[in-house]
Amino acid sequence: MAQEIERVLEEEPLAPQPSTFSSCHQPSTSFLCHSEGAKATEESLKIAFTLKEQFPGEVIEIKEFRGQVSVIVTSDKIREILAYLKEQQGFNHLQDLCGVDYAPEKPRFEVVYNLYSIWRRLHIRVRAKVEEENAEIDSVTDLWPGANWHERECFDMFGIRFIGHPDLRRILMPEDWNGYPLRKDYPLKGKELWIGFREIIESPSGEEKK
Amino acid sequence: MGQLEIEKISDTTFVLQMGPHHPATHGVLKLWCEFEGERVINIKPDVGYLHRGVEKLSESKTYPGAMTLTDRLDYISSMTNNIGYCLTVERLMGIEPPRRAKFIRTIVSEMTRLSSHLLWLATHALDIGAMTVFLYAFREREQILQFFEKICGARLTVSYPRIGGVRVDIEKNVLDEIDKFMDEMLRRVDEYETLLTENRIWLSRTKGVGQITAEEAVSLGLTGPALRGSGVYYDIRKLMPYDAYPEVEFEVPLGENGDTYDRYLCRIREMRQSALIVKQCIEKMPEGEVLSEKSPDIDIPHQGKRKIEAGDSLWSGFIAFSQEKHDLMPKGEIYSAIEAPKGELGFYIVSDGSGRPYRMRVRAPSFIHISAIPKLCEGHLLADVIAIIGTLDIVMGEADR
Repeated sequence: MAQEIERVLEEEPLAPQPSTFSSCHQPSTSFLCHSEGAKATEESLKIAFTLKEQFPGEVIEIKEFRGQVSVIVTSDKIREILAYLKEQQGFNHLQDLCGVDYAPEKPRFEVVYNLYSIWRRLHIRVRAKVEEENAEIDSVTDLWPGANWHERECFDMFGIRFIGHPDLRRILMPEDWNGYPLRKDYPLKGKELWIGFREIIESPSGEEKK
Repeated sequence: MGQLEIEKISDTTFVLQMGPHHPATHGVLKLWCEFEGERVINIKPDVGYLHRGVEKLSESKTYPGAMTLTDRLDYISSMTNNIGYCLTVERLMGIEPPRRAKFIRTIVSEMTRLSSHLLWLATHALDIGAMTVFLYAFREREQILQFFEKICGARLTVSYPRIGGVRVDIEKNVLDEIDKFMDEMLRRVDEYETLLTENRIWLSRTKGVGQITAEEAVSLGLTGPALRGSGVYYDIRKLMPYDAYPEVEFEVPLGENGDTYDRYLCRIREMRQSALIVKQCIEKMPEGEVLSEKSPDIDIPHQGKRKIEAGDSLWSGFIAFSQEKHDLMPKGEIYSAIEAPKGELGFYIVSDGSGRPYRMRVRAPSFIHISAIPKLCEGHLLADVIAIIGTLDIVMGEADR
């Protein structure tokens, strides 16, 4: 399978006609399938079932909704599953990585990976269940360096820790922020004043003390 | 440049804090840069200064209400943000806009691409030192914004598209004006090229700067012109067509070296394609309704198409989404992306069957592009950092959400 993908990659050069810059590659209409086309969904489903054969213990459920295929998995072997999809099935583009809070369901969190194969033109979604206690999941930054900030944001907003992440810090919220804003039990207006606010107000010079 | 602070770590390296209020960072972006001499050793971008919690806020709004939040993401191309959001909700609900609405959406999103690329060209060239382009590009951008005003009454945060169509129809004379303007636009793009494409200073400032290979660009998650500059054929308008894109003919310009100059050429050529797409759409424009009958939106009645009646259009849409139990939204989740001017703008919506999104995730291209700055800046000079920020075409409203 791996060789087959490699062959496909070789056949489809990255720059179709490199000699002239402005000339553009027009894909043949047969190849041009809508992401929600029935054919693409079927292909994605096939991949989902191969995934289930490969990881029978991890794949919980395969769902199809509006032509998009989701594979719900446990978080134990998420790195292996995604590595398999990337290297063996050619899903080279990590479109999106985000967290979802399904409180009070158990397991509470989900980390959602939207994958796309630029060469095969297929989309698949992997949803990894994460427990509330010990909310941890393997990082995929070594597979896709672009996942770095996605994972940081997910940590920032949900408090899910990514094992093996090179630089797991808050990204959008201040570093001394309390709580995880996108959790469902976090109120819209926030819980309390930002800690730094009082420090600034109460310090005599009006400057933040470090 | 009052924000520049220089800190010396050793005899050979020093640290420079660029931003968050630096004219060349295009918003409130802070870069922690370590230099040896003038060469970059390490760069750490710091974002979050403009974080408004759009994702959290949208969970408390109804589906039509949450659309106005998307205007404020990439605030210089709000039209495409709205379309991306509406398209996601439409796909979730399983409704399709009428054909005329699809063409109108294609026209406005290509005009947005033009205005966004014009702003990019203006500021990118200004950062590198070409002031003239700035003035010319803003002249054309102003005209596009005036067209938006004629179409929907707003210039920047338009909220023009609706779930299941667009708010109001475009009048015939406005379409003719747009058609005429696109001819002019094609000539203008040629003019910009005479100023830059073969300009010696421009070439030496952009050629070979921020070079990235196709594989690296894909793994970093770059999309849009930043990825196509490296020669990867990834354009959502072609790969996952939406609206009227399957019915128009256009080319996807690709670069080969993946440097700042190729990304510049890509965008310039994209502007020509955009103008041609708009012209084709106006030519093929079908007649008919602009809002789907199934659209549950709060509709502003226009030209007698929809009358205000108690319990009718205005309220039915609102009440439908506010009620606890209704059959508008199915349970499920969907990811759908569009080709925004900056790159792939994706929305991931989880619906629990109520009138409010359970979770709305925005995949913002600028956020990912900023995370690629350290990789692109490797081994470059301080002046090149400015060129690289410009070439990525970032907007902080979208990155911080």
